Amino acid sequence: MGDAIVITSGKGGVGKTTTTANIGTALALSGKKVCLVDTDIGLRNLDVVMGLENRIIYDLVDVAEERCRLHQALIKDKRFEALYMLPAAQTKDKSAVQPAQMKKIIDELKQDYDYVLIDCPAGIEQGFKNAIAGADKSVVVTTPETSAVRDADRIIGLLEKEENIEAPKLVVNRIRNHMMESGEMLDVDEIVSILAIDLLGIVGDDDTVITASNKGEPIALDPSSKASIAYRNIARRILGESVPLLSLQEEKGMFSKVKKFFGMRS
Amino acid sequence: MSMVQKQTQHFVTIKGTKDGLNLILDDSCAFRDVINELDEKLSARHIQQTEGHTITVTLKLGNRYLTEKQEKELRAMIQSKQNLEIDRIDSNVMSREEAEEERKRSTITSVARTVRSGQVLEVEGDLLLVGDVNPGGTVKAFGNIFVMGALRGIAHAGAYGDMKAVITAAVMKPSQLKIADLISRPPDQVGASIHEAECAFVKDGQSEISVDRVQILTKVRPNLTRL
Repeated sequence: MGDAIVITSGKGGVGKTTTTANIGTALALSGKKVCLVDTDIGLRNLDVVMGLENRIIYDLVDVAEERCRLHQALIKDKRFEALYMLPAAQTKDKSAVQPAQMKKIIDELKQDYDYVLIDCPAGIEQGFKNAIAGADKSVVVTTPETSAVRDADRIIGLLEKEENIEAPKLVVNRIRNHMMESGEMLDVDEIVSILAIDLLGIVGDDDTVITASNKGEPIALDPSSKASIAYRNIARRILGESVPLLSLQEEKGMFSKVKKFFGMRS
Repeated sequence: MSMVQKQTQHFVTIKGTKDGLNLILDDSCAFRDVINELDEKLSARHIQQTEGHTITVTLKLGNRYLTEKQEKELRAMIQSKQNLEIDRIDSNVMSREEAEEERKRSTITSVARTVRSGQVLEVEGDLLLVGDVNPGGTVKAFGNIFVMGALRGIAHAGAYGDMKAVITAAVMKPSQLKIADLISRPPDQVGASIHEAECAFVKDGQSEISVDRVQILTKVRPNLTRL
């Protein structure tokens, strides 16, 4: 029986889909059986980021309405044997699926996969409720912007009310180190102190993430990229390893910062 | 003779004080008897007092409990006498409900959590929050609010109109402060942050919220001490 982890943020455009694709890829790299589920019905993206768009035959809504069997809708990744995804429908909207149906699908997937990663749509309405319905754990993605942190805070409040979901963990995405140092951007400590939840990982702002996702090749596949290492580290932390936070600074003084984070949390 | 006397038996005693009239109502007879007699006596008085200035009256009910309907009737009857105005109605008894309400209002409710964006935490008495109020979050209390963590959202103390209510926070960085129906908001330019606990209160006779070190409460709100 695997774990279902919902990846959410409240605000749009902070990198939920990229995070889902990359954590999923990194988990698959470590040999786990992983299924990615796109719940953004009507605005699906995960298939594009994974480069699997033209293989979709059935989707989430077809499964929910029992027009096909669950395994018929699953798409096997082109690179990994053990990585699958369940795409969202593009022609319907969020109300096409109910939380109870979602829970049934996720429960079924958990039987066969070690990790089921659920990509949540932006917002706190029906799409969000569907996405969290079957989840056991949650990851909240935010960027170092006040508005994203505010929305993350709102989402954490909603997740904390769900009895079946463990306390959410935080990923801070798109960190620009020079802006954080000059104080123009919220720094990670400040974000963690406001949101008061455990930090799962930080990912730097990296142009290669965008080029990779445009090509349908998640950046986690490219070991030379810093963002890739960051995602792989997040995956290792999900697997229960204790990995120190990656320093985003170029060289100087990185050791003290790593030590500082490491001392704070596992 | 004796019959007449019985009819005008004293269920109502009227006493004049320098503040107006005290109407002392018998608490062992029927409500109907009291109100009838009171009506009669006040009407008679009313005839005497044709000069128009208003007299304030205090009703003393002893151990009588008035239902809402009875109180309404009593008030209506007295207000129908042109130059009388009710100052207050005193009774030794209250309903269980009212007692419970009063108890709630005078207790401190402690809560350990983070009040996050979009969440509203409301209590009837004083609130002791062990945690932060994040931007977009609201805490509201009929009485005082004590935040042990950082107050970054909205705090509304004395929500029932109590201007004496105070707000304290270990880190005072609110987006808005409200006491009774006064609202204040920090200036748009953020000054140097003070790293000590602060409090917000309304100075006597003023209509704006002041923020100062918590230590000043000893002077301005000595009744916060309930030893």
